[in-house]
Amino acid sequence: MSLRIVVCVKYVPDATGDRHFAEDLTTDRDAVDGLLSELDEYAVEQALQIADAADDAEITVLTVGPEDAKDALRKALSMGADKGVHVEDDDLHGTDVVGTSLVLAKAVEHVGYDLVLCGMASTDGTMGVLPAILAERLGVPQVTLLSEVAVADGTVTGRRDGDAASEQLQAQLPAVVSVTDQSGEARYPSFKGIMAAKKKPVESLDLSDLGIDADEVGLGGAWTKVEDAAKRPERTAGTIVKDEGEGGKQLAEFLVSQKFI
Amino acid sequence: MSIDHRLPAEYEELRRTVEQFAHDVVAPKIGDFYERHEFPYEIVREMGRMGLFGLPFPESYGGMGGDYFALCLALEELARVDSSVAITLEAGVSLGAMPIFRFGTEEQKREWLPRLCAGELLGAFGLTEPECGSDAGGTRTTARLDEATNEWVINGTKCFITNSGTDITGLVTVTAVTGRKEDGRPEISAIIVPSGTPGFTVAAPYSKVGWNASDTRELSFADVRVPAANLVGERGRGYAQFLRILDEGRIAIAALGTGLAQGCVDESVEYAKTRQAFGKPIGANQAIQFKLADMEMRAHTSRLAWRDAAARLISGEPFKKEAALAKLYSSESAVTNAREATQIHGGYGFMNEYPVARFWRDSKILEIGEGTSEVQRMLIARELGVTA
Ligand SMILES: Cc1cc2nc3c(=O)[nH]c(=O)nc-3n(C[C@H](O)[C@H](O)[C@H](O)COP(=O)(O)OP(=O)(O)OC[C@H]3O[C@@H](n4cnc5c(N)ncnc54)[C@H](O)[C@@H]3O)c2cc1C
Ligand SMILES: Cc1cc2nc3c(=O)[nH]c(=O)nc-3n(C[C@H](O)[C@H](O)[C@H](O)COP(=O)(O)OP(=O)(O)OC[C@H]3O[C@@H](n4cnc5c(N)ncnc54)[C@H](O)[C@@H]3O)c2cc1C
Repeated sequence: MSLRIVVCVKYVPDATGDRHFAEDLTTDRDAVDGLLSELDEYAVEQALQIADAADDAEITVLTVGPEDAKDALRKALSMGADKGVHVEDDDLHGTDVVGTSLVLAKAVEHVGYDLVLCGMASTDGTMGVLPAILAERLGVPQVTLLSEVAVADGTVTGRRDGDAASEQLQAQLPAVVSVTDQSGEARYPSFKGIMAAKKKPVESLDLSDLGIDADEVGLGGAWTKVEDAAKRPERTAGTIVKDEGEGGKQLAEFLVSQKFI
Repeated sequence: MSIDHRLPAEYEELRRTVEQFAHDVVAPKIGDFYERHEFPYEIVREMGRMGLFGLPFPESYGGMGGDYFALCLALEELARVDSSVAITLEAGVSLGAMPIFRFGTEEQKREWLPRLCAGELLGAFGLTEPECGSDAGGTRTTARLDEATNEWVINGTKCFITNSGTDITGLVTVTAVTGRKEDGRPEISAIIVPSGTPGFTVAAPYSKVGWNASDTRELSFADVRVPAANLVGERGRGYAQFLRILDEGRIAIAALGTGLAQGCVDESVEYAKTRQAFGKPIGANQAIQFKLADMEMRAHTSRLAWRDAAARLISGEPFKKEAALAKLYSSESAVTNAREATQIHGGYGFMNEYPVARFWRDSKILEIGEGTSEVQRMLIARELGVTA
């Protein structure tokens, strides 16, 4: 039977753009160009490699995000994924990680899956917790932060590199896996892939398609709320330590005062 | 009715992909290869993996199902960052693989194109000889058909041949005199010579002014024997065939020149904003602003010119004049922009570690290779109906 892989990909504001908060202190996603979160490209790459190694596999890329989030799907499709699912709903505005994970869980179940692949963190929210919450919601094993991953005979295996040790992990499918930026550079889409992506199906879903109530998500359903936000102070010129015999001491004092040592 | 000047979405996506590749993969590494005069195998391998060498060829031969326009877009984006890798792609595709695709037999296509498209092998095209370049009809290399063994026996020398001596060079298509026509003029044909054929020797790389991470060599042929079936296209049609190949190639060189011209703008705008002199950024001076404006004008116009020629080519319209115009204008723009970019960078512009120094060294060849500027002017005048 075909191995069903779902890759969760996030559409994020371009980090090189000028990012702002909207009046309700949510990210103003309309004001800047967005793109497929670079860290999620690693998840797409691993999905493609796992699919290559399998006899038969189908890769679905899934995103929850605004209209333009389709661009993130397109990119993943041009890299070689087979189809896309886009969840969009006005009521999603302001959804936090709890709500996002609910939507993703319902959507993953809607698609049908053996393996869910995620990035290690989004490049905007960077909480890195979504894969774990998603696995809890789905009630399946989670194997997070792998820098090497393989699937064989209904089992996913991989290596997690920690500061102290590397762990070899395995889990029965279905499972949720997240991969790090050490898992292997993502491929660049070829022109053939770009052309083919145009013809690949993208399913659009809203909250009612997934049987989710509007008050479970959005700003209202969020467990967290941003109370206040301030612009980061401009960078200052820095401290110049002039060595008049006491230079080393002054340097050490500065580093201590900044809690570097 | 809308007249759309924008690229179709897929072409724009290709352009952006190559732009990112050039920025992420080529830019950080190419300076060192260039400095060491070393062929950048690892970068070329990546280019192969993303399908750049297969851009204009059908999927049935391992290509990407794109066209010449797509190839030129990729060339422009690569050349914005570096010309050595761009010319490696240009020569590999438009001179190496294209003659086989356009004029080769089905067997030749099946044998060579899949590996050329994948970038596993590189092709080269040997036309220029020590005694003849612009006057390519003056070829002295000969190929005699040995009826007994049904082989071509090739003798002669070719010079300045791009991609001819790398570890992954698979073949060189050479032009040679295969007889006399009825009117006494030489009959020129094109023949595939696989690398490693006995009697075919490749000299050490030239020491060049620029394009230092690209492979250029002299080739000699001493009784080199290849099967009669290695003839590309019809016997005696070699001259007409390479004229067609060169016409197309001019558009590719124009795209490459546009990239270099644009790269000069990119680098210089950044520099003009940050470099301080007399208490303000140098870009605050009108003398620098006007240079930048003129540079942008040249890059933009060059782009319009190659895109026009390429659009004609892929829609099957005549494109000879437009290709010559594009090649002439963009190569001269590249040279001018490189000179101005170096000027804007002051002393740093004369230091090899700065990309503009590389641009400066790489620009001049664009006015010489694949038809000198004089040859382009001759062609354009001829198209205007003015001849000697
Ligand atoms: C339209 C919209 C409005 C939002 N508004 C708010 C808001 O007002 N307040 C707020 O706190 N947050 C908001 N978010 C952010 C949302 O809460 C985050 O997507 C969620 O919290 C996940 O956290 P993270 O980005 O830190 O994910 P991480 O845990 O860092 O991400 C890990 C991995 O999870 C997957 N993933 C994460 N998000 C998505 C997604 N959306 N689609 C598919 N896969 C995903 C990716 O594989 C990613 O690599 C909004 C998001 C969207 C799309
Ligand atoms: C780095 C590099 C890579 C190259 N790669 C290849 C390759 O892959 N394959 C290949 O076949 N060749 C290649 N060439 C050769 C290149 O195409 C020739 O150098 C070019 O065509 C000019 O020929 P030439 O050098 O013999 O100059 P010549 O033809 O001798 O010209 C000398 C000068 O005289 C001018 N001139 C000639 N005839 C006329 C005329 N009738 N009217 C006015 N002026 C005239 C020319 O414009 C030029 O300024 C390469 C060259 C270089 C430097």
